[in-house]
Amino acid sequence: MRSTPGSADRTDATMTPPHDAARAATEVRRFTPAARHVHRATAALTGVCVATAACLYIPQFAELVGRRELVVRVHEWAGLALPVPALAGLVSGAFRRDLGHLNRFGPHDRTWLRAVLRRDRRPGSRPAGKFNAGQKIYASWFAGATLVMLGTGLLMWFTHLTPLRWRTSATFVHDWLALTLGIVLAGHIGMALADPEARHGLRRGTVSREWAEREHPLWRP
Amino acid sequence: MNPEQPGAPEPPEGEERGRPIGRRVLLGTLGLGALGVVTAPTLQRGLESFLAGASDKDPTGLTGLLPNGGGFRYYSVTSSVPRRSATDYRLTVDGLVDRPHSYTLADLRALPQTRLVRDVQCVTGWRVPATPFEGVPLSRLLDAAGVRPGAGAVRFTCFDGAYSESLTLDQARRSDVLVALRMRDQDIGHAHGGPARLYVAPMYFYKSAKWLSGITVTRDVRPGYWEERGYEVDAWVGRSNGRDDDPTA
Repeated sequence: MRSTPGSADRTDATMTPPHDAARAATEVRRFTPAARHVHRATAALTGVCVATAACLYIPQFAELVGRRELVVRVHEWAGLALPVPALAGLVSGAFRRDLGHLNRFGPHDRTWLRAVLRRDRRPGSRPAGKFNAGQKIYASWFAGATLVMLGTGLLMWFTHLTPLRWRTSATFVHDWLALTLGIVLAGHIGMALADPEARHGLRRGTVSREWAEREHPLWRP
Repeated sequence: MNPEQPGAPEPPEGEERGRPIGRRVLLGTLGLGALGVVTAPTLQRGLESFLAGASDKDPTGLTGLLPNGGGFRYYSVTSSVPRRSATDYRLTVDGLVDRPHSYTLADLRALPQTRLVRDVQCVTGWRVPATPFEGVPLSRLLDAAGVRPGAGAVRFTCFDGAYSESLTLDQARRSDVLVALRMRDQDIGHAHGGPARLYVAPMYFYKSAKWLSGITVTRDVRPGYWEERGYEVDAWVGRSNGRDDDPTA
């Protein structure tokens, strides 16, 4: 693990209490601050998009909140900003390497996916590098789906830039993809809730060595 | 998505040399999205007819939450809308008329009622088939007030304090334009714009202003709330706003 000058790496063991030092020995670094901030900002913007979408689509929420014009504006700007954290994160080499991990699929990913299809839950039959195959597919699909939402959203926003017939088509794709994204996001959040150590990795940047070896045996931190 | 990092010492992790499936998933999703936009008119027709059938037999009402799943959507442009009942509801008719008047709900109910059964089409896509509306023809209220020469349009205001609409005088005098008091054979509830709303059968539903409280005869058409935000003033279903829905009247 490289560190840039001035970064807040745990370099001085004498400054940390004994308990933390003991924890540090059994922990491995999983995410740099840059990656964590990208995730946090993306999650926050996604949350705003989902919440405002609920107030636009679900009659009960729409009746509760009203203010259609304002809710539409917030939804539009949050959606427009959604790719910004990931794009800004590209200045970080560690984040770019994480994207590289997410992009590249090896033979073990096929094994992992087959184990999922067979509902084989033994850790030994689900080999994974830094990210497992499910996380890779989720990240890639979510990135693509976000861009589709952005594109169709812009068609609905700037109706006079395109033939007006396109708005209906864009609305159709935007609606159904929103529903799909909502379900997939619920699964993403549900899996995070079921795994406190994975959440610790995104909150503090570190995970226990035991967890890393069990969940990501091919990962060389 | 660029794993090639010249000069960066890579840990010898086997998967680094793997195939770029992630990029293909991303591009594939983008491609499917574009294909969806291109084929949407066909897909939408099929889904709408399927869902309309399903929502008729759906006791849970869950299909109403699906996009284009049938049923009305609640749109309000304000944070909260005051409630008006039979005791405090008033509909005023004024502007370029000889006899301005203020109607109570009882006054409106005492007038001859017209019942129309037409599809409702929203400009955002949803359509509700064969919905009965019942109320006083607008032309009757205009005739009672005595429209003065020189008048060319009618402006509608609402007790939500923000919404407004307009019709030309000719449009307003059509027999399928009502001050509706009943919808689906029930008194119109608050959520649907009760106790009285405008109903303009041949136009997109944003013309059918909810919570109607004022009818003002004017010289020229003044764009309404959504029309100042890009929708067309002459909102004929199927012939405006870039849409080709089947006409509703």
